[in-house]
Amino acid sequence: MKILVCITHVPDTTSKIAFTDNNTKFDQTGVQYIIGPYDDYALARAVELKDATGGSITVLNVGEAETEPTLRKALAIGADDAIRVNAFPTDAFFVAKQIAKAAEEGRYDLILMGRESIDFNGGQVHGMVGELLGIPSMSPVMTLDIEGNTAKLSREIEGGKEHIEVELPVVLGCQEPIAEWKIPNMRGIMSARTKPLNVVDPTSDVSATTVDNFELPAAKEGVTMVDADNIGELVNLLKNEAKVI
Amino acid sequence: MSALAFVELDGGKVKKSSLEAVTYASTVADDATAIVFGALEAGQTDLIGSAGASKVLHVTDEKLASPNIMAYASAIAEAMGAYDMLVLAKSSLGDPVSARVAIKINAALAANVSAVLSGDVAKTSIYTGKAFANTKLNGEKRVVSIKKNAVELKTDGGSAAVESFSPAIHDGDFKAKVTSTEKATGDVLLPEADIVVSGGRGLKGPENWAMIEELAKTLGAATACSKPVSDMDWRPHHEHVGQTGIKVSPTLYIAVGISGAIQHLAGVNSSKVIVVINKDPEAPFFKAADYGVVGDAFEVIPKLTEAIKAQQG
Repeated sequence: MKILVCITHVPDTTSKIAFTDNNTKFDQTGVQYIIGPYDDYALARAVELKDATGGSITVLNVGEAETEPTLRKALAIGADDAIRVNAFPTDAFFVAKQIAKAAEEGRYDLILMGRESIDFNGGQVHGMVGELLGIPSMSPVMTLDIEGNTAKLSREIEGGKEHIEVELPVVLGCQEPIAEWKIPNMRGIMSARTKPLNVVDPTSDVSATTVDNFELPAAKEGVTMVDADNIGELVNLLKNEAKVI
Repeated sequence: MSALAFVELDGGKVKKSSLEAVTYASTVADDATAIVFGALEAGQTDLIGSAGASKVLHVTDEKLASPNIMAYASAIAEAMGAYDMLVLAKSSLGDPVSARVAIKINAALAANVSAVLSGDVAKTSIYTGKAFANTKLNGEKRVVSIKKNAVELKTDGGSAAVESFSPAIHDGDFKAKVTSTEKATGDVLLPEADIVVSGGRGLKGPENWAMIEELAKTLGAATACSKPVSDMDWRPHHEHVGQTGIKVSPTLYIAVGISGAIQHLAGVNSSKVIVVINKDPEAPFFKAADYGVVGDAFEVIPKLTEAIKAQQG
């Protein structure tokens, strides 16, 4: 089975978010970049599936040269080769177009990625790739097994989950508990240095959206403390001051 | 400009989040139409009209009665020939449908929209609620997927005329088979809830959730939990809010025994009002709260439930 895992290169979940250049650019000062946490789940499940049934894993990122350490980490975790589409990932449409082109060329049976990136949180790329390729897409996928040519999976819905059977190829956006995150071991790290990392040019597509500027949420005005022995006062404040109950 | 709003049903009733999509559509467009699939309970089209739609496209084909991502996307794309913008509520159905429709009709798409700006600029929530991007949608066709509370629901619109809509059926859209569904019944769905009561490790064990459920029931709220609670299987995963769980934006979020790690805050910081109840006065969550109570949850929660009941009369 040929598996494509698409990963994002995103700020660590504990990063403080700030902007520069009159709120038009993300401030990278002191920010650590990681494989997107959801993408990490997708990669971990791909490694488990490969260990169980054989095949290969290609990992793909749409990004500039600075994302290569993130791709090397994915190679250390267990991917066999990597593709970096050499372009800044401007929006979901642009990224989906790049993935769809790589997927058409590589003829993968399974295309996995996280349910969403943790920078722009759109959760749209898997659906767009599925539509561009004319195949089903599912997200957020919580369990995944492959039996022959069929993917058996469960997908989270509001208040529960649904179980789905679908023939390959399919595009899946993954989340916990599909697999446990894998930490690269020393052998993985050594071998990752020599695994192929191919840099390809992007398609000529342009993004469908542009960001005018960024904003930070308004600061909270400060907390009003209520004495634990006077809970009636909390109810009063919620009803008459905040007007939320 | 004209806009179409995709309205989801839950057991024949329109979802409140979808009514917000109707209001969003009627706010940015000159004229708003809703599209709905399957049988509707009596009175439901009145709600759609009150929310701001002048027309309802009703799809009654038996093949489209239950949710199907690919088939719904095909039908909506077909309907979109007559509209400039599609508005959907963010959900497990709305998200994938919006992505597919955007590709089918060559539209610009903005997801996670948290406020109405104009027809072609949307305020989107990014970095898991830690920032916003004012996003310009380029092109003639546009799709926006909105978060809960992106607009204040309109209830004084007119009445909506119902029109039957029979889209083409494509066999290729029925490749994925839903073999079974597990769904909590009778509960308020977390992403839909106006009020959320959430419990953390401070509650010590799943056996102590009865008081959380009692408080939630009293308020008509949904229950939620922090990541450790879901990881330890005290509560199901679909209740986990935070960076890697569900992101909620209710009117009121009550956090009980949750310290407020940055990853948890990321999932709840779009809430309008946050109440934190924690016995540790140094819990970081108090810094993000509007109201705080330092105290033992096992004493405070039953008292709070009683006080609300007394207040409700």
